[in-house]
Amino acid sequence: MNPAGAAAPDQSKGTLRVVQLYPRDMNIYGDWGNALVLKRRIAWHGYTPELLEYNVGDPFPEGVDIIVGGGGQDSGQLVIQDDLQARAGVLTDLAEDGTPMLLICGLYQLFGRFFKTRTGAVIPGIGVLDVETHGGDERLIGNVKVASPEFGEVLGYENHSGQTTLGSGVRPLGTTAKGTGNNSNDGHEGARYRNIVASYLHGSLLPKNPAIADFLIRTAAERRFGSFIPGNPDDSFAVLAREHAARRPR
Amino acid sequence: MVFFSVPLGKLVRRVSRLRGGGSALPGLVVEKIDPGFMRRTLSTLPHGVAVVSGTNGKTTTTKMVVELLESQGLKVFTNRTGSNFTRGVAAALLGEVDWRGKLDADVAVLELDEAHAVHFVNSVPPRYCLLLNVLRDQLDRFGEIDKTAQLLQHIAAKTTGTVVLNREDPRVARIADTLTGQEVKYFGLDDSLLGTFPNDDDMRAAPGSPAPAALPAKPQADVVLRKVGADSAEFEYDGGTVTTAMKLRGVYNIFNAAAALALARSICGAGAAATDHETLLQALSQVAPAFGRGESLTVEGQPLDLVLVKNPSGFRLGLKSFPAAGYATMIAINDNYADGRDMSWLWDVEFDSLRDGGVELLTGSRAYDMALRLQYDDVQVGAVEPDIAPALAAFIRESQGKPKRIFCTYTAMLAIRRELSKITTVEVVS
Ligand SMILES: [Zn+2]
Repeated sequence: MNPAGAAAPDQSKGTLRVVQLYPRDMNIYGDWGNALVLKRRIAWHGYTPELLEYNVGDPFPEGVDIIVGGGGQDSGQLVIQDDLQARAGVLTDLAEDGTPMLLICGLYQLFGRFFKTRTGAVIPGIGVLDVETHGGDERLIGNVKVASPEFGEVLGYENHSGQTTLGSGVRPLGTTAKGTGNNSNDGHEGARYRNIVASYLHGSLLPKNPAIADFLIRTAAERRFGSFIPGNPDDSFAVLAREHAARRPR
Repeated sequence: MVFFSVPLGKLVRRVSRLRGGGSALPGLVVEKIDPGFMRRTLSTLPHGVAVVSGTNGKTTTTKMVVELLESQGLKVFTNRTGSNFTRGVAAALLGEVDWRGKLDADVAVLELDEAHAVHFVNSVPPRYCLLLNVLRDQLDRFGEIDKTAQLLQHIAAKTTGTVVLNREDPRVARIADTLTGQEVKYFGLDDSLLGTFPNDDDMRAAPGSPAPAALPAKPQADVVLRKVGADSAEFEYDGGTVTTAMKLRGVYNIFNAAAALALARSICGAGAAATDHETLLQALSQVAPAFGRGESLTVEGQPLDLVLVKNPSGFRLGLKSFPAAGYATMIAINDNYADGRDMSWLWDVEFDSLRDGGVELLTGSRAYDMALRLQYDDVQVGAVEPDIAPALAAFIRESQGKPKRIFCTYTAMLAIRRELSKITTVEVVS
């Protein structure tokens, strides 16, 4: 199933460094799957993956090619809050510079302007994304199908009570065909800004949406090496998993 | 009302039985016309009510506690039906009480689903509770793991006598800090076994990343699981160590046996005088897993293990407890409501241990999600057939002469048992 495997070092097209943000506190509902998919697919495309973790208090890694961050519980969000604010500068610079990033659920919210809880408390975000989130009464749970102009049909599973509204500085990832997405009113899911893909979808997102994984890898390779020479990953299971997932009830 | 509700409920129970109906309706009838029925009936028991709760292993643990108490000569009322909790208990009570509403039992041991916990303990405060674990499982239903911990905390707070806690699960052990009047006891693991029980929090802590702040010293546990052998286990309590044969397989089941032992000792009274050790250990060695929690069957002269997997911790423990070598392996993943619709959890399990032998067959409504997961862990897949009946037939045909193992989600297990019963005699453990 993995004919390409990792290229021998001398044949590698080069190393791409992936940083997982706060895996200790912000990794829920299989968000680790996104990091694993990046690691494997980078190798399947003939590059050498380097997967680093960044947790609260760590020195921030240099030479970052891709950033991936997941969701967490309320307790996890509280733990990382101060550290994230202290890293707002470097993360904003990387984002504005065009570093590809995947931000899921909790970190999608915290890369926005703020999260206002139902009791009125305001948790500041780092404002990389022009979005704001308000705590809702209802938990939005279930399978989601999104029509994305860039990535085609995006499949995943949402589980959140935050209602996110997009400002004019970002565009949605896509329109929801099943499920709720960002909020109960607008009918769209996720956000796109520069090379950032932000979304509420777990599932994990990347395994069943290799188009998004390859967008992140291609962008990273082009930025680092000037061009991207794709490999030939076997996506036959991904195609079938997508077909079956798309038919499942909400 | 009191005088009529029990006979009426019993009548409804008989009628609904005749109609092949479920167990909840008669309970509902009694609940509606006589809401105090359950509390009144349970409050007459000399040893009171003990509840068992937690994400994983409630059913088997409850069954163990019942068998341990029965070995000590106690008459135990328990809820064996899986229907809506409060009504299910009311319905089970109706089956057991006499026509005046008197329950002939010494103690009630009830499996309490977290979802129904608050309602139940508010109306019937238990004398004992046993809290097993808080794992990422039913997040679909509760949203957050910390919320589940709060529900367990509420059970403990409402308990009037003894609270038995899992010392090794930080979210459960921490409940002790919030209690004031209750006696707190723990069940625990030997340090050498801790590695087999990663909790959800350190699941992804990478080697080399600095450890979280040092944990406070562990409290003394009433019962400690020291060692697990092929078909035996070593427990420590009352300052001594005992080795006993075990019918239960899998480390996590045997850890739950330590939990059951701790609760049974609380109810009977610990110490040599209060309990008959011989009969207690004898009962422990005879406990078999509850229906649907995993079991060993025989198909065409070869063993076939069914291992229930329903959350990342359970799947990881299953893979660890049942090594793949020498076995043909099948995995059956459904995403029906009872299984949980979200497939994310498969990405929180590492499947490296299946890499050497590969997996013969994948089945279930999310068989291709499983195939994709295994591809990313470099595990070879023989075939994928989402339809369970033909998949099972092919698996049995193609792994002839080899012991077999099937990891399956809840509804997949039910389907597999149904199919197997056409081929072999499936033992029903009630
Ligand atoms: Zn989420």
